[in-house]
Amino acid sequence: MINLSFIIPEIFISLSVMFLLILGVFKKNSFELIHNLSIIVLLITGIIVFNETLDIEKILLFNGSVVIDYLSSFMKIITLLAAFIVLAISKNYLDNFKISKIEYPILILSSVLGMMVMISSNDLIVFYMGLELQSLALYVLATFNRNNLKSSEAGLKYFVLSALSSGLLLYGCSLIYGFSGSTNFEIIASQLDSNEYALTFGIVFILVGLAFKISAVPFHMWAPDVYEGSPTTVTLFFTMVPKIAALTVFIRFLYVPFLELIDQWQMILVFLSIASMLFGAIAAIGQKNIKRLIAYSSIGHIGYALAGVASASNDGIQSSVIYLTIYIVMNLGFFSCLLMLRRNDNYYESIDDLSGLSKNHPILSFSLLVILFSLAGIPPLAGFFAKFYIFKAVIEQSMYFLAIVGLLSTVIAAFYYLRIIKIIYFDPEKEKYDQDHSPWLKFSLILSTLLILFYFISPSQLVEVVSRINFI
Amino acid sequence: MNFPIISALILLPTIGSLFLIFSKSNDQSNSTIKYVALFTSVVNFLLSIYLWFLFDETTSAFQFVEDREWLIGIVNYKVGVDGISILFVILTTFITPLCIISVNNSVKKRLRDFLIAILIMESFMIGVFCSLDLVIFYLFFEAGLIPMFLIIGIWGGPKRVYSAFKFFLYTLLGSVLMLVAIISIYWITGTTDVVKLYELGIDSKYQNLLWLAFFSSFAVKTPMWPVHTWLPDAHVEAPTAGSVLLAAILLKMAGYGFIRFSLGLFPIASDLFTPLIYALSLIAIIFTSLIALMQEDMKKLIAYSSVAHMGFVTLGIFTIQQQGIEGSIIQMISHGLVSAALFLCVGVVYDRMHSRLINTYGGIVSIIPKYSVLFMLFTLAALGLPGTSGFIGEFLILMGAFKDNFLVAVIASLGVILGAAYMLWLYKRVVFGKLVNNDLNKLTDLDKSEYFILISLALPTLFFGFYPEPLFNTIEVSVNDLIEMYNSNLINK
Repeated sequence: MINLSFIIPEIFISLSVMFLLILGVFKKNSFELIHNLSIIVLLITGIIVFNETLDIEKILLFNGSVVIDYLSSFMKIITLLAAFIVLAISKNYLDNFKISKIEYPILILSSVLGMMVMISSNDLIVFYMGLELQSLALYVLATFNRNNLKSSEAGLKYFVLSALSSGLLLYGCSLIYGFSGSTNFEIIASQLDSNEYALTFGIVFILVGLAFKISAVPFHMWAPDVYEGSPTTVTLFFTMVPKIAALTVFIRFLYVPFLELIDQWQMILVFLSIASMLFGAIAAIGQKNIKRLIAYSSIGHIGYALAGVASASNDGIQSSVIYLTIYIVMNLGFFSCLLMLRRNDNYYESIDDLSGLSKNHPILSFSLLVILFSLAGIPPLAGFFAKFYIFKAVIEQSMYFLAIVGLLSTVIAAFYYLRIIKIIYFDPEKEKYDQDHSPWLKFSLILSTLLILFYFISPSQLVEVVSRINFI
Repeated sequence: MNFPIISALILLPTIGSLFLIFSKSNDQSNSTIKYVALFTSVVNFLLSIYLWFLFDETTSAFQFVEDREWLIGIVNYKVGVDGISILFVILTTFITPLCIISVNNSVKKRLRDFLIAILIMESFMIGVFCSLDLVIFYLFFEAGLIPMFLIIGIWGGPKRVYSAFKFFLYTLLGSVLMLVAIISIYWITGTTDVVKLYELGIDSKYQNLLWLAFFSSFAVKTPMWPVHTWLPDAHVEAPTAGSVLLAAILLKMAGYGFIRFSLGLFPIASDLFTPLIYALSLIAIIFTSLIALMQEDMKKLIAYSSVAHMGFVTLGIFTIQQQGIEGSIIQMISHGLVSAALFLCVGVVYDRMHSRLINTYGGIVSIIPKYSVLFMLFTLAALGLPGTSGFIGEFLILMGAFKDNFLVAVIASLGVILGAAYMLWLYKRVVFGKLVNNDLNKLTDLDKSEYFILISLALPTLFFGFYPEPLFNTIEVSVNDLIEMYNSNLINK
């Protein structure tokens, strides 16, 4: 029974999901109540994780199939915080489209539960279970605006392609099980026979499945359509939260059971990383819709995070965790701006709608300026430091090709970020947008802008925080 | 010294701009806003003069050094000045208030935002010249792109978007390789602290690639032929104050970088690549001078002349002679004053006539005599007439070049003649000749603020032309020690 005390957060969320579901069914018009309760549930879970498990170095539970260590606790906290803010700022948006149904917060809670299981998984089966739980919730969330054709298309597309990738992943799991005799990460590590090529196939299949989840090139095709079609708040959720969980699994899966086979998977990761960075930068140039643009930009950013993972060092892992954290903050700021582009209950999401924004909305455009330059990686903003850590780790391993391609694609990417800034600052103005935003939206925008702007004052804080993540 | 005077210099303009951010921008408050900005920059100038006053000229060690933990275990926030950098700091703090005064006529919209951009730019530029850590240097070097991009893009001319993008992407592309090199240096030597790196030295087998990476960044920023094409575009489209900052200070970052980092950190590679620099510098001097001769647009002409002048600077730096390097530094300071003044001169007539084309003008000497006299002075300074600071720099560079390589010096001397040709021809076509365009009769002579700016630039130009001693005294020991270190590194390789 002692094991249970370490998974209180997961237990708490699952009980809350069931309770809220029942409450929602029996009480009419209870969206607001359930929405607020879900926010509180996320917050409480975050506090539990923070208090109970953050100090734990490493504990294996349930015959080694679940692991609680610093990486899992840290990633869970970030997941919960990100989900918390997504829920907090999505209410007005949902009300506006008349899709404020109780399922929305509950689905988000269940997908967060799935992600927490994924993050803690130390076993292929547990990992797959968590993955499917979060994916199923996400399919529904993508179609949440079901009267909108694009939203339905997004959900269906996501479902079909994601099911395919899950199939590949499961096939990889069975190959690995067949040739190592176990699904447990630690046991696989001890049974490893590096001459067994089937294991390499297994790794490749699982990597494909995971690459799909984080939309790394060449498994990114779904991302632009799904991001564009889904309701904006769901897109925000997509761009941040599932990536945290998937990246954690990426790290754990590669560094716990298959560290010995590094020669086999490092090339794959380098390829995924380079392809994502370059493709994300080039494909974003022609986009007209902001959400599609963000989809490509997130593909590019995942490429940088993967570069850290590919470098096969503790520094590399830490740097990609830092990268993801900073990316989430920037993304949050950007979507807060996007959600503020509202005029008479219409939300605008074309890049041209930003034209001349700086004349009527100086603060909003200044925030966008900071966020965009930071996404482009220009010092002294936070985005620069994120890239700096990545390239520091990559160059340490003498992977100069990866570093140079990565930095060159930042120049290409800078072009489309500059294009948005140009439209905001240099182009003629349009009508004013509404200014009565919810306090949460303002809060998340101001918070993320300030974090990005003043990160340089004490950049080593975040490094200290993640320095406890060690795998090698 | 307990008072962190360098950090104060870096931070003061930013603090001033914070005041501006929280002020309302409208027509009534514009003059208050301007006074706040002006006050900040003048205080900063006085502070830098005070720094020069405290500066000990007998040592080449870095002074007023501040060393704080920043990125713990990797990078320290380390700033300080030596004889080379202090002059650039003073140049920066001297030019900025003049830019702020000059906005009167040239910036019509969003004055507050413009001044904020200029002040933040000043902070970054001082940071570049003071940083004693490669990462800090890179940080300031790159950060300057943001305000300059906005200055060109928001307040620029009709083709401003193209120019701003070109400026930004060119410079960024050059700089990313430098970042790779900086991180590599960190892994090779374990530090990015410049002072420590001077002592440690970098293994000669890495130097060539690292030198090339730094070169890619500095060559774009200098700008050297063939990557100079962003400069004329940026200059033509930028508002006057933007052009002044660009020509007077931004270009000097690269020259400074060559001296501080290329020579200081990679002496063996510098020795190897000297012919490359000579060739590119000579092409820049001759080729861009010829291009300048053919320009129709005044700003473009001066922009090309900047490229030619910076060609002299890079040539002088890589002669590795006391005269050559000293000449380059003085040439940079002088070019900072003179090109700033020339852009302001163009700005003066542009604000009145809204044309930068040379053939719009002609025969204005009798209409605006004060302007013509000052314009004459700066024209002569630009072509290096004895008695102006331009002469000292060019003369020393050529002297250094003669010591090192006779042929190079002869070709470079041709550039001096071409320089005289395009500057004098420009002056002749704009100021002398027949008054053809009747609109020119309405021209008014310099107003008080313009007069003040140009006089403030003319005085140091003449003063240092006749009496360059203070400059020499400041840089002499530092340059001398740099050359000694360079030569001893070459011998020990």
